[in-house]
Amino acid sequence: MINWFKFSAPSTFYPLAGKLVPVFWLLAAIFGAIGLYIGFFVAPTDAQQGEGYRIIFIHVPASWMSMFIYCVMAFWSLLGLTFGTRLSGMMTTALAPTGALFAFLSLWTGALWGKPMWGTWWVWDARLTSELILFFLYLGYMALHAAIDDPRRADRAGAVLSLVGVVNVPIIYFSVKWWNTLHQGASVSLTKSASMASTMLWGMLIMALAFWAYTLAVALMRARAIMLEREANTEWVKHLPDIRRAA
Amino acid sequence: MQWQSLSDFLAMGGYGLYVWGSFGVCAVTMLAEPLLVRHRRRQALRDIQQSQDI
Repeated sequence: MINWFKFSAPSTFYPLAGKLVPVFWLLAAIFGAIGLYIGFFVAPTDAQQGEGYRIIFIHVPASWMSMFIYCVMAFWSLLGLTFGTRLSGMMTTALAPTGALFAFLSLWTGALWGKPMWGTWWVWDARLTSELILFFLYLGYMALHAAIDDPRRADRAGAVLSLVGVVNVPIIYFSVKWWNTLHQGASVSLTKSASMASTMLWGMLIMALAFWAYTLAVALMRARAIMLEREANTEWVKHLPDIRRAA
Repeated sequence: MQWQSLSDFLAMGGYGLYVWGSFGVCAVTMLAEPLLVRHRRRQALRDIQQSQDI
């Protein structure tokens, strides 16, 4: 039986994360290269949208990650409020900017896709508006956390915000079913022939894996930076081998 | 493979602005974020180093 609480100590987590970061960068590079190759050179031209549909290979993975990261933040927040571990708040804070980036990319690529296909950059419909709210929830979390000087109190306030805000995630996901919207339903049903569905689907899934690996790599990097900032006066940080190498 | 030439690839069947506007911003932000985070961690290490030297 692994003692998970041992890993929740920053002194244990810091070197572990340092070993994992290059692994996830490698995975992100490999999946990214394969995904882009499929997206641009294997997947055929769409019968209705021509080459414009290729935005799907980043739009859908970015949207998925923006929702997934928020769920992971809510999970860490729940752990943090329940067990009071320092790691929970650090991980939630480390994930928020990357989640905000993916929410922004989802909106940005959506606007650039909407303009040629729907004739508008933006509409105030359920799917787009709830994704915009998700972007603001990320910004709100970051602003709230930054506004409170005591990190442990900032963690608790942020945890409450992320747990309350997580109700927005299923609203985004099911918005295309619950309301009439310009946004299409399930992405896979876009296609006409079965063979095309599979190359498009694979391209999307592999790009999603690339974004997932990217998220882990960059969030673990940020978590390490946050640990150094917050625990600067602790013994384990003072005896870190990194300190001498950075000089 | 549906591209006859590089310019054909860049044109994206007339959707070049939208496709490259999406992939370009995605690439720039996803390169910038790890660089900013790396800078943040190095800065934290430098701060700790300085506080130890004093």
